[in-house]
Amino acid sequence: MSRLVISGNEAVALGVKLSRVQVVAAYPITPQTAIVEKIAEYVEKGELRAEFIRVESEHSAMAACIGAAAGGARAFTATSSQGLLYMSEMVFWAGGARLPIVMAVVTRALAPPWSIWCDHNDALSQRDSGWVQLWAESVQEVLDMTIQAFRVAEDEEVLLPVMVCLDGFILSHAYEPADIPEQSAVDSFLPEKKPAPYWLDPSKPAAYCTIAAPDTYMEFRYEMYRAMKNAERVIKEVDEEWCRLTGRSYGGLVDCYRCDDAEVAILLCGAWAGDAKEAVDILRRKGVKAGVVRLRATRPFPTEDLRAVVEGMDALAVVDRSLSPGLPSILWSEVRAALYDSVKRVYVKGFIAGLGGRDVTPGDFIRIVHSTLEGFRRGEPGEVEWIGLRGGESGHH
Amino acid sequence: MAGQVKSIKEIPREELFAPGHRLCAGCGIPPLVRIVLKAVPGPKVVVTATGCLEVATTIFPYTSWRVPWVHNAFENAAATASGIEAAFRILEKKRGIKRPKIIVFGGDGGTFDIGLQALSGALERGHDMIYICYDNEAYMNTGIQRSGATPRGAATTTSPAGRVIPGKMERKKDLLGIAIAHGVRYAATLNPAFPVDMYNKIVKAASVEGPTVLHYLCPCPTGWRFDPSRTIEVARLAVMTRMWPLYEYEDGRYRITVMVKKPRPIEDYIKLQGRFRHLLQPENKWVLDQLRRDVEEFWERLVRLASASE
Repeated sequence: MSRLVISGNEAVALGVKLSRVQVVAAYPITPQTAIVEKIAEYVEKGELRAEFIRVESEHSAMAACIGAAAGGARAFTATSSQGLLYMSEMVFWAGGARLPIVMAVVTRALAPPWSIWCDHNDALSQRDSGWVQLWAESVQEVLDMTIQAFRVAEDEEVLLPVMVCLDGFILSHAYEPADIPEQSAVDSFLPEKKPAPYWLDPSKPAAYCTIAAPDTYMEFRYEMYRAMKNAERVIKEVDEEWCRLTGRSYGGLVDCYRCDDAEVAILLCGAWAGDAKEAVDILRRKGVKAGVVRLRATRPFPTEDLRAVVEGMDALAVVDRSLSPGLPSILWSEVRAALYDSVKRVYVKGFIAGLGGRDVTPGDFIRIVHSTLEGFRRGEPGEVEWIGLRGGESGHH
Repeated sequence: MAGQVKSIKEIPREELFAPGHRLCAGCGIPPLVRIVLKAVPGPKVVVTATGCLEVATTIFPYTSWRVPWVHNAFENAAATASGIEAAFRILEKKRGIKRPKIIVFGGDGGTFDIGLQALSGALERGHDMIYICYDNEAYMNTGIQRSGATPRGAATTTSPAGRVIPGKMERKKDLLGIAIAHGVRYAATLNPAFPVDMYNKIVKAASVEGPTVLHYLCPCPTGWRFDPSRTIEVARLAVMTRMWPLYEYEDGRYRITVMVKKPRPIEDYIKLQGRFRHLLQPENKWVLDQLRRDVEEFWERLVRLASASE
């Protein structure tokens, strides 16, 4: 094992190399590009024995990954924002085809207005695609998650593609020290990919992605739904196994910070969990029993784990870095749905913050916690509040 | 060249494309697929773009394909094939698995229009694949809409022959010209009325390492509106009127493989098909004349290219 200072993007590339990925098909887009540049370097130097297909679009990147995975190879791509939307048809195809592709999504806002900065609307727009969606907080977790993603994807109880989501710039371009596992350790955790169990085997002809009439289509979709349920267990098992190997565990589907006796918690996903944790430390020093619930997986959505974690809490602040106009925000809605059947329903207030890369500070999180506790005490409806909006919500009609 | 035949009797009898599929009576696709699977030697994997061939041959749980087959939407068969080819390169290196030939079938919509970018990318990158466009000259699977491959004057549901606009007003794209501009080593046109010519061209394409493009005239009795028993006759007339020249491009040289010294008038081809029938009315003579000019111009260009290659 060695310890290096690397960026989030380098951590993805290193994870891909350690996972002995066999086919990479990718197209450049900011802030993802550094990942595929690094992988190209590994391939050119002979450090990674893979075929690198320099495709002419993101749509073809995912199509080529689908072809490669159908051909039995371990396949990887990375993208962001417009690139993810452009390949969206193929993203859904990979899910439906049950191909264990791994894709790094360096999350970035959607245009217009044009923005290269971070928010989560790109990845979350693909939430019904049949992809497992994992979210990292640190450079170390990006590296570990990339390797773990292949184990989850290729598990025969899962066989679903996996997205590793990391915040654009905030994580992709942040340099942090990370422990780099030995290749032999990764090999024991993730053996080299065999062309199995379903592939375009020339000795056993089969037809894939055929047409299904109304009498068979639903069963295919049900199998996909079941596989996603299985992923809940497999993600946790893989996290535990990784911990036995490296000593690092991230808590499976949900990472809880100071939640044991918490009366209020901030719930979010992504790198800004670090700022939320800092806010919680400050609040704790002032006597507020606060915690952070970080979703490591948004698909499968950790309904049961979430109910267990928030049991006994008074209030939850769900902070979305995304927007669903008319809803108005994604995690807020999903968390509320997940907790609807709780015996003692926790108060859930929503916040929209950090869209298009707007900075969100520990101070903002402290205000979010206070606003949530105030809403809880006053018995107000837990509607969604915008954070850091210039002129405030009333100033924008 | 090894593997080539002189008569249809020498074409292998083994069928890798099973009967029982749901393609229309008289459809031009099965003669193509049967001959391709006979002519490409050794292991092969087939990619099929969304279209008539895909929907009619793989209705779950049935399949007509006795080779590994995959469908990955409409516009990206060539990109999908790129990934499959890369996977088999790795399997060959790491596990000694013999690399199959990747064969792609796309219709004219999936090739000329929505799939052109993915095809261009795959040709430029040089993946080892045979890309075959079965060109029935419109979006037939969705019910006969005009494509970039529809010939001038043809009526489709989105270019109906009306009093103001008598059918499609634009010229057909030159697909092989586009493919050849990418630097492919082999490209050729195919026609079901000339099975020996077709078989031998596929054998040549299969022998090339790298991308090759084959362009097949695929008569469609449903969309072109002719009697399904006359598919081969219609196809032959396309060649004899020079509407569908049979030629090949090989390493920089063009060769007309079926020389048509005395062409039949294009009316002989047109009058058999409902899609062109309005062109025979006197008020539409100008469209017919334009179509004739398209055909003459292309043939003359081909003759020049072929004679320059001698």
